[in-house]
Amino acid sequence: MPDSVPVNGSHFPAVMICGLNFSYDGYLVLEDVNIEIQQGDFVSVVGPNGGGKTTLIKLILGLLTPSSGAVKVFGQDPDRARTRMGYMPQHSQLDFQFPATVMDVTLMGRLGHGSHFGFYSREDREIVLMCLEKVGLAAIRTKSFAEISGGQRQRLFLARALACEPDMLLLDEPTANLDVAMEGDLYKLLQELNERLTIVMVSHDLGFVSQVVRTVLCVKRKVLTHPTTEITGEIINEIYGSPMKMIRHNGSGEGCNCTSS
Amino acid sequence: MYEFLTDLRQYPFLQNALLTGLLAGVACGVIGTYIVVRRISYIAGGIAHSVLAGLGAAFYLQRVHHWSALQPVYGALVVAVIAAITIGLVSLKARQREDTAISALWAVGMAIGIVFISMTPGYNEELMGYLFGNILLVSSSELWMLGGLDVIIVVLGLLFYNQFLAVCFDQEFARLRGMNVEFFYLLLLALAALTVVILATVVGIVMVVALLTLPVAIAALFCRTLWMMMIVSTVLCVAFTTSGLAISYSPDYPTGATTILVAGFAYLFAITFRWISDRIRA
Repeated sequence: MPDSVPVNGSHFPAVMICGLNFSYDGYLVLEDVNIEIQQGDFVSVVGPNGGGKTTLIKLILGLLTPSSGAVKVFGQDPDRARTRMGYMPQHSQLDFQFPATVMDVTLMGRLGHGSHFGFYSREDREIVLMCLEKVGLAAIRTKSFAEISGGQRQRLFLARALACEPDMLLLDEPTANLDVAMEGDLYKLLQELNERLTIVMVSHDLGFVSQVVRTVLCVKRKVLTHPTTEITGEIINEIYGSPMKMIRHNGSGEGCNCTSS
Repeated sequence: MYEFLTDLRQYPFLQNALLTGLLAGVACGVIGTYIVVRRISYIAGGIAHSVLAGLGAAFYLQRVHHWSALQPVYGALVVAVIAAITIGLVSLKARQREDTAISALWAVGMAIGIVFISMTPGYNEELMGYLFGNILLVSSSELWMLGGLDVIIVVLGLLFYNQFLAVCFDQEFARLRGMNVEFFYLLLLALAALTVVILATVVGIVMVVALLTLPVAIAALFCRTLWMMMIVSTVLCVAFTTSGLAISYSPDYPTGATTILVAGFAYLFAITFRWISDRIRA
């Protein structure tokens, strides 16, 4: 399992959720969730639409408060550990007409690092430029947010998440709006990043699951954890409730053990 | 036009009007940009009208109960900030429909104002002035107030530029960066409220709505960053008030209405220009 040992709070799991329930408008979205994500893990969160994947991510980020139970991130409350997380939202409901350049948007990842007012430092700009280079957007950094394509926007949000210099990346459907070639590039980048960071990613793309992902969280009101070696067709049918295309996996599992990885 | 230029040298009221346009331009350019990009011009309208409650109440207390120190504008300022914070909290916290809450505040505020006005004897020219304003009747104390407002806006705008940008663009992400989103959003609304009230007492509500939105709407067609939009809309705002003044002076048209028409035509022209240039490039 994870081989990298981050310095800060290394003895804590990246995420620990105990006995969590979450209801929204009286409707139980997540029920009795108990999971532990180790530092350095690469977790894919899968499950049907409306199953609670994004809700789970937002609970980890502290944007939502559990109805009962506890969430700890690096051993702390989510809102205290917030600045150690980099978040890339689902193809968001942001205003595409907003007057900001690619650079401006990425710089927002640097908020909360320096003082509470004033301007970004030269170091902030250097870090941001590096992040933009990583996702291949450095050349268009002066372009406006309104002018870029959906795929570029997606990569821009990844760059913004990276600019936070996080210990954990939380990505909500990062492959939406990407074509196959770009998707491949993204996976390569994520795999490289996983050497330093814990990654939690919501994904529809099961084909990707076993390639680089180490742990799969299946979210359908309840949350089950599977090491990727255990993923079988049965589990997938169980998750989605209908037969799905089989995926390549690393070993032959013996069905759902539902253990913590 | 020639008459305007010669009289400008002669009459302080014209110089004051010109200066008002200049000072209003700064406030409108900066605050208007935030209002337009955050799409809260309806909030600005709601605050501007609900303020009539404070104006009416202060007016009533001043005339009937002889609280002579209580200028109507003070009542307006208090109500404006309360309205801004109420609307802000509703939009941040409650899952109520935000626009419904604003409409309620808008109507109830005006109704309270009208009740107070009806209880106040005499002709209520100040309230008419608040609704329609007259840039030619600006007093020097109003100019000072406008200048003070500009200083506050520019200082806070520079200090918190990146924070306001982040809160307007992506509130959720700003919160994740450890920012106090509520504080910055409410501060922005409070600044918008102050701007609306002070400008409305000077030039009238209708003109405020026009100056807060039209120059910014034009700037938005051509600017790709927030600060560029602020500068361009400030310049446009000054250009509109000045040309409105100059055009209306000799034929004795209403200055506010002329200014709004100039801005409206400029907006129409700018959209058409943008549309054609996009066609040619495509």
